[in-house]
Amino acid sequence: MSTVFLTNVCKQYDSEKNVLNNVTAEIQSGEFFVIVGSSGCGKSTLLRMIAGLISITDGEIKIDDKVVNDLQPKDRNLTMVFQSYALFPFLSVWDNVAFGLKARKNLSQSEIASRVDNALKMVDLEGLKDRKPRELSGGQRQRVALARAVASDAKICLMDEPLSNLDAQLRIKMRQEIYALQRKLGLTLIYVTHDQVEAMTMADHIMVLHDSHVQQIGTPAEIYKKPANEFVASFFGVPPINILPAVKISGKKINVNNDFQMQIKQQVPVDNFKVGIRPNEVMIEAADELEANASIRTIEFLGDEKIVYAQMNNNNIEVAAIVPSDSQFKAFDTIKVSAGDNVLLFDNDGINITKNAEELVNA
Amino acid sequence: MLKTSTTNVVPEKKVEAKQRQGFRLNANDKYYASIFLGPSLLVLTLFVFYPMLKTLYISLFLTNTLGNTTVFTGLDNYVKLISSPDFLSSMSVTLLYVVAVTVLTVSVGLLLANLASQKLPGIGIFRTLYSVTMGVSVAVAAIFWLFIFNPSTGFFALMSGWLNLPVVNWLTSPTNAMWAVIITTVWMNLGFTFLILLGAIQSVPSTLYEAADVEGASSRYQFFKITIPMISPTLFFVSTITIIGAFKSFGLIDLITKGGPTNATNMLVYRIYKDAFYSGNYAKSSTEAIILTVIIAFFTLIQFKFLEKKVNY
Repeated sequence: MSTVFLTNVCKQYDSEKNVLNNVTAEIQSGEFFVIVGSSGCGKSTLLRMIAGLISITDGEIKIDDKVVNDLQPKDRNLTMVFQSYALFPFLSVWDNVAFGLKARKNLSQSEIASRVDNALKMVDLEGLKDRKPRELSGGQRQRVALARAVASDAKICLMDEPLSNLDAQLRIKMRQEIYALQRKLGLTLIYVTHDQVEAMTMADHIMVLHDSHVQQIGTPAEIYKKPANEFVASFFGVPPINILPAVKISGKKINVNNDFQMQIKQQVPVDNFKVGIRPNEVMIEAADELEANASIRTIEFLGDEKIVYAQMNNNNIEVAAIVPSDSQFKAFDTIKVSAGDNVLLFDNDGINITKNAEELVNA
Repeated sequence: MLKTSTTNVVPEKKVEAKQRQGFRLNANDKYYASIFLGPSLLVLTLFVFYPMLKTLYISLFLTNTLGNTTVFTGLDNYVKLISSPDFLSSMSVTLLYVVAVTVLTVSVGLLLANLASQKLPGIGIFRTLYSVTMGVSVAVAAIFWLFIFNPSTGFFALMSGWLNLPVVNWLTSPTNAMWAVIITTVWMNLGFTFLILLGAIQSVPSTLYEAADVEGASSRYQFFKITIPMISPTLFFVSTITIIGAFKSFGLIDLITKGGPTNATNMLVYRIYKDAFYSGNYAKSSTEAIILTVIIAFFTLIQFKFLEKKVNY
């Protein structure tokens, strides 16, 4: 068993602003838990607090039902992979992996050797064990860092943006390798990233941090389909969700941005609110200037589809739409934008007020 | 149009041809090269190469008191020097001094730099204090330490008075005088060494220590297994600088002991100076200078060889 429970964890560097506010989460044994947020939201701080490298101001961190607030990092029985890999440039690959094991001073030489060899085998680096870090590629260095985590035998592994120094292709490959390794070893993996794609593809559960508060914790599907608020909705999905102001006309009929009207599935309790439309729910058609409510600014070709960025006639709002790649839109075309009824609704504070299917049936 | 395009093509071909021949210079290149090199060549020739060759030349002759060469004696000067107990004692005094100064400067500098790199309140004050000797001139340092070593009013004398210990004659006993010079030199060296080592320690990525913290390495283990290897190129650099600097020490010795008592602090450089400008024995002095040059060149060479192999990672 290796669980990590956070209860009202706070971090304060000066009296004015909390870096982290009341973070509460339960990370279960063997779970791939991703902490995601834009830079400066406190996600790395949170990870370092779990590791014990930074003290916590308030709250409680429990590892395996034991409060570890005041324990040294080495006594928390975990391992950590850093963004810069933290490899020792003067040591060979083998010695880098063995460093932590030797430092503990309670393992025999043969035990250390077998663990290191085993870890290197697991990340496919056996052939390179005598190389120095500078003789390795970025991906190989990353693997040495992973091997170090594997060799330590700790069941909890913390990773701080481990893939952000790699190029796009390699990132996808290493993403899969980390995922496979985590499943194989049954690690409880707490993974920090600013990349929503990494979060979506790997996580069992995602914690979204913003402005030093937890915005939402949930499975990738929950986060994408039922975002707690406008921030979470716009953080996930490429291109990001279109958020437009809307006014209730009558019943379920609404006016979006004064540009078009549409039917939604539910009654809205307020008159002014915001509607979030994913780019694949946006419909566009060619229209002459009288009928048009937007004009195209740029078009990005992605192979199977194109992304059309158009500017709405009112409020200078830009809308992204995904269209088939054989469609004939050109820049500066005037178009008519409308939307399907699968939209998200947010009140003016950005809170999601969309009712799910169950609530709609009951209503 | 046509003309310009042809002139554009020709120089490119010339460049390729030149690279094949291993950068053979044409007359034009040589002209520019000599213009750029001229000033520094002139200065180096006047103040380095000529004096060096002249010294070597003089060391093969006997000289009169004006420094003019009289009789060619070949290597006779060298043979005489190497068999002179006086010179040999000077050599061993110099070596002792160099070793002691280097070991103490680097180890104390490392200790202070490591202390000052800790994140403690008010550490900035100590960083400034430790590096302050960089701004102190040799003359000021000598006067300052002469006061401290003074057997009746000096700080050490007062201390031993309070502690009821016998007063140490720092500058009149041969052994103590050596230590007095060593202490003063180390004190002078510390500012620079401290600053360079502090910079090196602070540029070690903090994630290395964090990784070691998580893995359970003690701070002692971290110092010897992370800090020392990571700053080894810098350690090597300051050792080299200190060794060469110690061989060349002159000012402090001239101001504090003048080579005495009984030649106990008569280092090579000071001996060269006295032989030439007090005794007027230019031939002897030139010979000593050449020997010192060879010794320093030897140390420099060893260090460069070692640097290439061991310290680079």
